[in-house]
Amino acid sequence: MKITFAEGLAQAIYEAMAADSRVVLIGSSFMGLNMTARKLMEPAVRDYSDRMLVTPISELALAGAGIGAAMCGQRPVVDLGTGSFIFQAFAQVVNEAANIHYMSGGQSKAPVTFYCLAGMRGMGAAQHSHRTQAMLGQVPGLQILTPGGADDAYQLMKWSLLKSQNPTVFICHSLLFTETSELDPNEPMLPVGRARIRRQGSDVSIIASSITVPRAMAAAELLEKQGIFAEVVDLRTVVPLDRETILKSVAKTGRAVIADECHKSFGVAAEIAATLAEDGLSFLKAPVRRVVVPDVPIPFSQSLEEELTVSTEKIVAAALQVLGR
Amino acid sequence: MTDLSLKMLHRFYEQLWQIRFFEGHVQRLAASGEVPGFPHLSTGQEAVAVGVCANLTEGDMLFSGHRAHGHVLAKGSDPYATFCEVIGRQDGLCQGRGGSMHLVDVSTGMLGATGVVAGNLSLAAGAAWAAQVANKEKIAVVFFGDGATGSGVFHETLNLAGLWQLPLLFVCENNGMAEFTGREEHSDVAKVSAFAAPYGISAQTIDGNDVLVVNAAARSAIQGIRAGSGPYLLECMTYRMAGHYVGDAQHYRSKEEMATMKEKDPIERLRLHLLAKGDSAEELEAIMQRVKAEMTAVVDRARKAAHPDPATVMDYVYSADFPGREENAKWN
Repeated sequence: MKITFAEGLAQAIYEAMAADSRVVLIGSSFMGLNMTARKLMEPAVRDYSDRMLVTPISELALAGAGIGAAMCGQRPVVDLGTGSFIFQAFAQVVNEAANIHYMSGGQSKAPVTFYCLAGMRGMGAAQHSHRTQAMLGQVPGLQILTPGGADDAYQLMKWSLLKSQNPTVFICHSLLFTETSELDPNEPMLPVGRARIRRQGSDVSIIASSITVPRAMAAAELLEKQGIFAEVVDLRTVVPLDRETILKSVAKTGRAVIADECHKSFGVAAEIAATLAEDGLSFLKAPVRRVVVPDVPIPFSQSLEEELTVSTEKIVAAALQVLGR
Repeated sequence: MTDLSLKMLHRFYEQLWQIRFFEGHVQRLAASGEVPGFPHLSTGQEAVAVGVCANLTEGDMLFSGHRAHGHVLAKGSDPYATFCEVIGRQDGLCQGRGGSMHLVDVSTGMLGATGVVAGNLSLAAGAAWAAQVANKEKIAVVFFGDGATGSGVFHETLNLAGLWQLPLLFVCENNGMAEFTGREEHSDVAKVSAFAAPYGISAQTIDGNDVLVVNAAARSAIQGIRAGSGPYLLECMTYRMAGHYVGDAQHYRSKEEMATMKEKDPIERLRLHLLAKGDSAEELEAIMQRVKAEMTAVVDRARKAAHPDPATVMDYVYSADFPGREENAKWN
């Protein structure tokens, strides 16, 4: 069955709430301002409104309450709204949730999910466009889920709400809501921590996550028209990071383009490039290319934002470059 | 207040001394460098820990901060495991991962001391909320200093606690000092209890250096919370006899202030009360000596405890089912 990313999310939340009464939504604007997508939450609102808490704008308190409740056996998801607003909750996410298991010598667990609608979404400007996966990837103790397809939006959200035993930051890109993929609900889930090979190829590996996944897929289509077969590796999760699949893919193709929406310096792409340098140098027939956002705040103007966007065209150009064309 | 048995009063007396001696050892060993870091002592504030925790059950959940030794002991943690944690040993409550500022003992309901001022408040709200949805009679208690009231999350949490009518007791240990500055220098709101009313929360300011007063006020507040009357804020006026941390030279305190310390000492005050009730000075001296000897033995044993094995440094970053655990553990 074909589902959209937004449908996958809504379905996962509904099924998780149905399966486990400890799943609680702290805040409830999961679909942001997308009115079509918001309608998808109606079944959950209808059946489980007692477990959807209406909240004040108090990110520190809500993130902390989610952590405390998770430490006491609940499975809350804290909706932080626009991904940039996780900064209002940073002290709790980074300095409490991430540390509690370690600091307590394994006594406490906080299986809370922090939900963020993040990314460069079109005129969000500097304060509403953050992609926080790289900076949060610097925080041991957090899991960072970055679905790039509808199948993973569904499966990773369901896993996070029902199975995970660690604090999770779930980063959804708002421009992914209408992306579709095939989902067989009876098929076992690809384990968390495994990257998904979205498209097999032999000439170049395009390593992507979140919003860059559909753009990498589109790039691979265009490259095929020129007789170039690109393999698309969808990371699915930034933490854990599936270095093994990345290395295997690059061992096969000999070339790597990393498409990521984080800033260039110290970003997700930088970490992957470092992995390739450390453990995959002998596979590389050409230097690695990063297609990323330069180190600049995101501007408001459409023409300026588009200049920075990790577009299909830029991915194609980078692939041609590593192929020497 | 008068209905407390002599046995209970003696228990308080023991517990106060237990905390005092525990922290005396921390102070002594910190001065010689054996206790690493900057441990924060609650010397002079012990009555708050003892008086509040006397009214808690094992199922009640406690959160504390960087000055938590007294709370942890009063909630029932093993002094040996607690001391081991303060000096970073394997036998410590957290196997040496936490230290003085991050004491956790899930077995007693001591769910977290957090080293960040005010960082614990909203966690306690979440724990209280979990207790509420589970329809249990459990409550959550959070200890914090008056310094925490300058933090935004204090107000966010009060609002949430009032809004959701959480079974949560806020205990402010108002020692008049936010780290190194007096309260009057950092807020025009003289009483912390005044912050509660706007959020629809009941509150009271009490003498936090009289363990009997603390016990009575905590009992009444906790009974109310268990009965479903919502959160409560108890402001305990107390006095930090020590500096902010061990080694703090306390230049901000006058000689006159230092001289009046003994009158404020909660242990001395309980001793005078017990003497007035007919206890003999010798009897009380004997209790004190017994606790002292016990604590010395605990500390001697703890100092011989093993340090954690460096090979275990990556344990507990994630819980066992984390899919990337093996990868995470491959660190060198």
